[in-house]
Amino acid sequence: MNWQFFGDLLSGTIMYGVPLLYMTLGAVIEQRAGMVNLGLEGIMLAGASTGFAMSVAAGNPWIGIGMAALAGALLNLIYAYLVVNRKASQLASGMTLMFLGSGISAVIGRPYVGAGIAGLARYQLPGLALVPWVTRTMFSYDLLVYLAVPSALFVWWLLFRTRYGLSLRAVGENPSAAFAAGRRIDLLKYSASIMCGLLGGIAGAHLSIALARTWTEGMTGGRGYIALALVIFSKWHPLKSIFGALLFGGAVTLQLQLQAKGAGISPFLLNMIPYVLTLAVLLIWSGARKYAAPGALGRIYSGED
Amino acid sequence: MKHRELKNTLLRHGIVLMIALTAYAAGLLLAGKNPVAAFVDTVSFTFGTWYGFSEVCMRMIPLLLTALAVALPSTVGLINVGGEGQLYMGAWLATWGVITFPNLPAGVFIPFLILLGFVGGGAWAALAGFFRARGWINETITTLLMNYIAPLIIGFFVYGSWRSREPGASAFPQSIAFPPAARLPRFFNSRIHLGMVIALILLAVFWFIMEKTKWGLKMKAIGGNPEAARRLGFEIGPYIVGVMFIAGGIAGLAGMAEVSALYGRLRAGFSPGYGFMGFLISWMAGGKPATIVSMSFILAFIFSAGSLLQITQGVPFAAINILMAMMLFVVLAKPRLPGVKR
Amino acid sequence: MRVGQQPVIMKQKGLGTSGSGHVISLRGITKRFAHVVANDGVDLDIRPGEVHALLGENGAGKSTLMKILYGFYHMDSGSILIDGTEVRIASPLDARALGIGMVFQSFTLIPAMTVAENVAMYFKDQPFALNLKSIAGRVRELGATYHLMVDPSASVRSLSVSDQQKVEILKLLVGGARVLIFDEATSVLAQHEISGFFEILQRLKADEYSIIFITHKLAEVMTCADRITVMRKGKVAGTLMRAETTEQNLVKLMFDEGLQPSNTARSDQATTAQHEPLMELQGVSTRPKGIGIQLVDVSLHVNAGEIVGIAGVSGNGQRELVDVVLGIAPPMQGKRLILGEDATAWNAGQIREKGVGFVPDEPVRMALVPWMTLCQNSAIGNLDAYVRAHGFSIDWLAVEKDIAASFEALGFEPLPLHMPVQRFSGGQIQRSVLAREIGRKPRLLVAFYPTRGLDVRSAEAVGSVLTRLRNEGGGVLLVSEDLDELVSLCDRLVVIRQGRIVGSVCHDAIDRHAIGYMMTGSEVSR
Repeated sequence: MNWQFFGDLLSGTIMYGVPLLYMTLGAVIEQRAGMVNLGLEGIMLAGASTGFAMSVAAGNPWIGIGMAALAGALLNLIYAYLVVNRKASQLASGMTLMFLGSGISAVIGRPYVGAGIAGLARYQLPGLALVPWVTRTMFSYDLLVYLAVPSALFVWWLLFRTRYGLSLRAVGENPSAAFAAGRRIDLLKYSASIMCGLLGGIAGAHLSIALARTWTEGMTGGRGYIALALVIFSKWHPLKSIFGALLFGGAVTLQLQLQAKGAGISPFLLNMIPYVLTLAVLLIWSGARKYAAPGALGRIYSGED
Repeated sequence: MKHRELKNTLLRHGIVLMIALTAYAAGLLLAGKNPVAAFVDTVSFTFGTWYGFSEVCMRMIPLLLTALAVALPSTVGLINVGGEGQLYMGAWLATWGVITFPNLPAGVFIPFLILLGFVGGGAWAALAGFFRARGWINETITTLLMNYIAPLIIGFFVYGSWRSREPGASAFPQSIAFPPAARLPRFFNSRIHLGMVIALILLAVFWFIMEKTKWGLKMKAIGGNPEAARRLGFEIGPYIVGVMFIAGGIAGLAGMAEVSALYGRLRAGFSPGYGFMGFLISWMAGGKPATIVSMSFILAFIFSAGSLLQITQGVPFAAINILMAMMLFVVLAKPRLPGVKR
Repeated sequence: MRVGQQPVIMKQKGLGTSGSGHVISLRGITKRFAHVVANDGVDLDIRPGEVHALLGENGAGKSTLMKILYGFYHMDSGSILIDGTEVRIASPLDARALGIGMVFQSFTLIPAMTVAENVAMYFKDQPFALNLKSIAGRVRELGATYHLMVDPSASVRSLSVSDQQKVEILKLLVGGARVLIFDEATSVLAQHEISGFFEILQRLKADEYSIIFITHKLAEVMTCADRITVMRKGKVAGTLMRAETTEQNLVKLMFDEGLQPSNTARSDQATTAQHEPLMELQGVSTRPKGIGIQLVDVSLHVNAGEIVGIAGVSGNGQRELVDVVLGIAPPMQGKRLILGEDATAWNAGQIREKGVGFVPDEPVRMALVPWMTLCQNSAIGNLDAYVRAHGFSIDWLAVEKDIAASFEALGFEPLPLHMPVQRFSGGQIQRSVLAREIGRKPRLLVAFYPTRGLDVRSAEAVGSVLTRLRNEGGGVLLVSEDLDELVSLCDRLVVIRQGRIVGSVCHDAIDRHAIGYMMTGSEVSR
């Protein structure tokens, strides 16, 4: 075990964990408003492909990221419309989003499959100049990475220290109480969906633009579902999501590293990890979920919709 | 009431066709072709030639089964989106049977494969049912996740211990070929196979059970008000697991049938999303067996037409998901169409 | 207004300014629901700094009137004046903007959030960035002034019901209410908490708040009200000063010619002591489930030919008890016997098969499938009696015959058999469930708040059905919050508190005070 291994592990953890964190934050906001969205995978895919395509087309990765966020938000508006206005099943509406996101991402990304870009510029955190070689590989990340934790802090502040966040949480806990207090439930739910879409689009874009620096069909590989697990694992709390995202990121990175070293685990089995992990979290934490989940969510997770 | 329902159903069929037609017309126009002529050709081919018609019927078979695999659990209030995974596991277990017992006579092989396909898919779904019955996870989430695990299991085996080492085998990894005794028989000088008979029988049985028998009434009660059903003494847990098992088994039969009748060997990723299409069909058909048949036909026709028109050249197959999303959207949004009261 | 005081204009905490001195005036309020006239030309005046009781029987129109004032309903005709100016109140938000607040029996609180967060939602003019500290401070301040002490940082779900009620009041106070309406506020309180509640009212009154207090309990009215308006059948029967009237007077106003004799005459045949009870619980304890109550060492039995009542403040284990009797919850310890057999390990289906029936408080939620017809709902209630050919077919003709016969035997007007039951009225739904359950000729009927939310006639119908079942040799386990109903129907009363049986009284020995004491026990208030 040398520095290289740990360096790769650390950077892998962070690069895997950051998009996960963004998506999870979006999901936390949406679930705090009482909506479970199975279409997160579709949002991330749409963000990844739109982001990449726009980056190539415009020659500027930040335009790609912006467009990806927009794409995610627009997509999630469809979900919000179905759930809020048409009172459709949340789970089925999420499926719609999943189909749409996967289809649209495939179409948009088709001309760009396999193309490569330079990715996002990477910066070093000032003051972290230890051994120069170490610093270069281990502590050099792009802006979105550095903004990840501040974003989590912002989401926490928004949810727990503002009037808006209080109303949003009230909608997710007990919509009739929120309504009795004069809150505009529909508007609050829409706003939550929009934010979730923005964050999800950014998450997907980071994946294709900064990490892989290319586009492949279906490249998100189940991260949208891991985000669902993370929301529960972090008990719907934005700050705990940081820990969860890093943990998951680390676990998967470790496995990938082992595989790269020829540890001989079939790639098929490794690719199962996100889904099995998600199932495991949902199962193990089903008890805590009933207690800690926003009031209006419990039924959806374990029973009827 | 019946009159209104009929109108509603016809309208849904119409909407589905409209969406597909519009998308295809757009695609054709963009490619510089004449949509009207192309449609006329397609229709005359499908309904004018036996080959054309039988191809559509053949494509219907997995759709009928996966749609039933969604309709059945919906009667007890469950949402099964795991048809995809269940059909893969049915195909997997059937292939295991072929590989392990390659020399059985046809008379034994066929029922054996049917059994394996059913059990493979059924067990896969029953697990999700069990989690739901215990109140741990919603079956929608479980089956959705398991959909992604099943093809990976297939991949593991097909790229690994089941990989065919026959000379001249295609570049893609696949299992050894099924012996002729293990292939489902075909009918009418076409590719329509035994699966059609199985599917239609199952649909008829489903209708009978729901409408006439005590179990159907119990299931409707459980789906309609689980709390009341519990207090009336109905055992909800066993029904949930049992229904999921049967539903998964039906989807498993679809997988087994595709592999045995159509391809003759197991390939990774052989399903173009039949499970999800079945989900769509069942929702659009409102879970009614007769409507499932007609909807499956229409969808099979749409997909057939798509490949005939070569629209799909240059377009990724995943694009079909967009069509499906639009159709599902229409069902979920339940628009107020003129003349149809909700 | 107090003696010797000049009428004060525009005092900060809510004082009417018009010449008449009334904060609220209702004139000619009329409201119809389908064919029922809930309010018929009602006039009402509320003065500042008074506790005004709105007294009347169930269904007299008191709640409807106040819900109109609070913007839940829209009146058909009439006018509302606040401080002498006519206003339109289209929703509770309008009402609260005008300074009117209402506290219901079911609270609109968010259990997972703290007191401060719940109150913050009603705070006027909050900045975007919440200042929970100042809100907490205000909560403490108001709490001290008006006897509404609660810990602002406590989560609502950890509070007792009476403390939760205080939070409801605080919400309205911070929102600027000057008039507070209480709908049957004491029904959720234990006996000793009620005096604390009246203290709150007195302190609010002292600061010129107006209190409107809806109730049907005479004793409370005589204790705390300044003025009393009696309503009867949608009209105002009279408005009096408390000092100038008596209980008998009020009774006369509430009821036309005094109380009607109840037609639940007890059969004179002595209950032949069976050698075994229909149902018996011996030392049953259950596992606690989430926020539910855990049953502890419960022993209870119901004999043939008797109605056993379960009395207690709502939420003390009645639901858990019924779930154990019906077989939905397994006993963790102890034994459950049905008709003498050990049924501890049985499930709900087996117990029901033995002849146990169930009439719930919310039939649409707990006993029926809403979109199914009366015929189908009757079938699922007794499925094994109607299956033929080993389950492959159902004898629908027999179902129709039986349910129609049951309706007739009970003296109910027949209902359409092939219409979804969700279209029925509340009373019709309850009668359908009764007909189905009684039609099975049950040995034991478990009735769980069966008359909740029903009009007087339907409630009486339920009572006479239970009595008839008892007279014909069946047994009834009746859970109810209405002590009058329990006293009039039951042969024996059992009191439950915090999951334990704390007392058992025979009909002849019923002493309401003793029962009330048992229901609330010797809990010391904080």
